[in-house]
Amino acid sequence: MHDFEYCAPDSLKEAIGLMATHKSSARLLAGGTDLIVLMRARRKRPELVIDAKHIPELTELKINQEGLSIGASVSCRTIYENDQIAESYPALVDSTSLVGGIQVQGRASIGGNLCNAAPSADSIPTLMVLGAIANVVSDRGERQIPVEEFCVAPGQTVLEDDEILVNVTVPAPAANSGARFLRFIPRNEMDIAVANSAAYVELDETGKNFRSARIAIGAVAPTPLFVEDAGAALTGKPISEESILNAAVIARDAARPINDMRGTVEHRLQLVETLTKRVLNDAVKRAIGEKV
Amino acid sequence: MSKRSHITTTINNESVDFLCEPRQSLLEVLRDVLYLTGTKEGCNDGNCGACSVIMDGVLVDSCCVLGVEAEGSKIETVEGLSSKGELHPLQKAFLEQTGMQCGICTPGFLIAAKALIDKNPRPSEQEIRHWLAGNLCRCTGYDKLVRSVMTAAESMAEV
Ligand SMILES: Cc1cc2nc3c(=O)[nH]c(=O)nc-3n(C[C@H](O)[C@H](O)[C@H](O)COP(=O)(O)OP(=O)(O)OC[C@H]3O[C@@H](n4cnc5c(N)ncnc54)[C@H](O)[C@@H]3O)c2cc1C
Repeated sequence: MHDFEYCAPDSLKEAIGLMATHKSSARLLAGGTDLIVLMRARRKRPELVIDAKHIPELTELKINQEGLSIGASVSCRTIYENDQIAESYPALVDSTSLVGGIQVQGRASIGGNLCNAAPSADSIPTLMVLGAIANVVSDRGERQIPVEEFCVAPGQTVLEDDEILVNVTVPAPAANSGARFLRFIPRNEMDIAVANSAAYVELDETGKNFRSARIAIGAVAPTPLFVEDAGAALTGKPISEESILNAAVIARDAARPINDMRGTVEHRLQLVETLTKRVLNDAVKRAIGEKV
Repeated sequence: MSKRSHITTTINNESVDFLCEPRQSLLEVLRDVLYLTGTKEGCNDGNCGACSVIMDGVLVDSCCVLGVEAEGSKIETVEGLSSKGELHPLQKAFLEQTGMQCGICTPGFLIAAKALIDKNPRPSEQEIRHWLAGNLCRCTGYDKLVRSVMTAAESMAEV
């Protein structure tokens, strides 16, 4: 790796000051499963690496009636091994338990997954459908950014050079709601998504109709994509094969995939439609209390 | 060149201090500074698991950790598995079941399997295969490895 300085501030204030001074020449280090790999490949060359794992606000995991708050540096493994998250936000377990293998999951953070902004990032579609907010800070103040507006291009986010992602907050799940995330890879584990999809649904009291839905897809566009129209098409509709297919087709039509070593455009379009149908069906099951 | 930092850790239950540059990975520190060459370099980008170590109870790829991040942490490497000349049940099982061929991936598999058994003393075959997905072996075809871990878990549960 290239030569760089390292520091491990133990307060957010100190980290904000460091970022304000060093801006783009400094980068935050959470689990390093993207940053260290990219530095070794000489694709990132920060002069200062700021360890984000000793900052209390970034390592905190809070869950209560209002919802969930996940510090940016909290690891995937900490998330999916948390019983309350498994109970109330199973789609987050779907996502975080798929990131790499055990070694990667022990280090890889939700904040790193979001800030690295890979089109295939497995936690982002789930955060989008759960209505997560990215809470960001710099010495110029705080900002709240809906996750669906966070990524702008492969590897690029709306963050300014001096901004720090503090945490992501997720509202408490509504009554009669459920969510699910799925991805397709050619083997069972340890690969990057060829396509992925997440859905959140809220049903009416009868459990037979959609009250609302949110759908997001990944690895089929330059960024993970929140497809508002696909979810909106389900509002007030009965739960049926037809309504679900219709929403999945809208999601597929929003996709703009590329051909690469992992899959072709055609394959990805077909996958994203199928995955979206499946996540919708599973989200409905979770909403009515069935285990998926 | 950046200043070298003085890092204090516990490695295999012994306190160990070392000097390292920020750009040195924990893997480089283990092998090149501390001469703990049991931990292997495979892909050097987090895919193969040959460099697996347990850091504060968490299984990690040491190629994706900076040496300076180890300040104050407790690290377990393959060198710490045997005690007083007695092989660890995992090591015995790997030998008896031929859970290795060329040997490069072996320390990583041993440490990953140790982390699994620490958490789940009687893992199923499915659980073992899933847990070891981050460790690649190009020789064995995995069956003998999985059997070795099952045998070791059984023998450890007996005592
Ligand atoms: C073998 C392997 C397999 C993988 N498999 C998957 C997979 O299946 N699915 C998947 O989605 N990803 C996968 N990844 C990618 C990676 O593990 C994830 O993106 C992970 O979540 C990154 O988190 P991290 O904590 O390691 O981030 P880091 O590498 O620490 O940081 C990533 C980026 O975010 C920035 N950053 C970190 N924290 C902050 C903050 N608080 N504020 C602002 N910027 C910040 C860093 O500066 C850096 O640019 C894999 C990686 C490897 C090596």
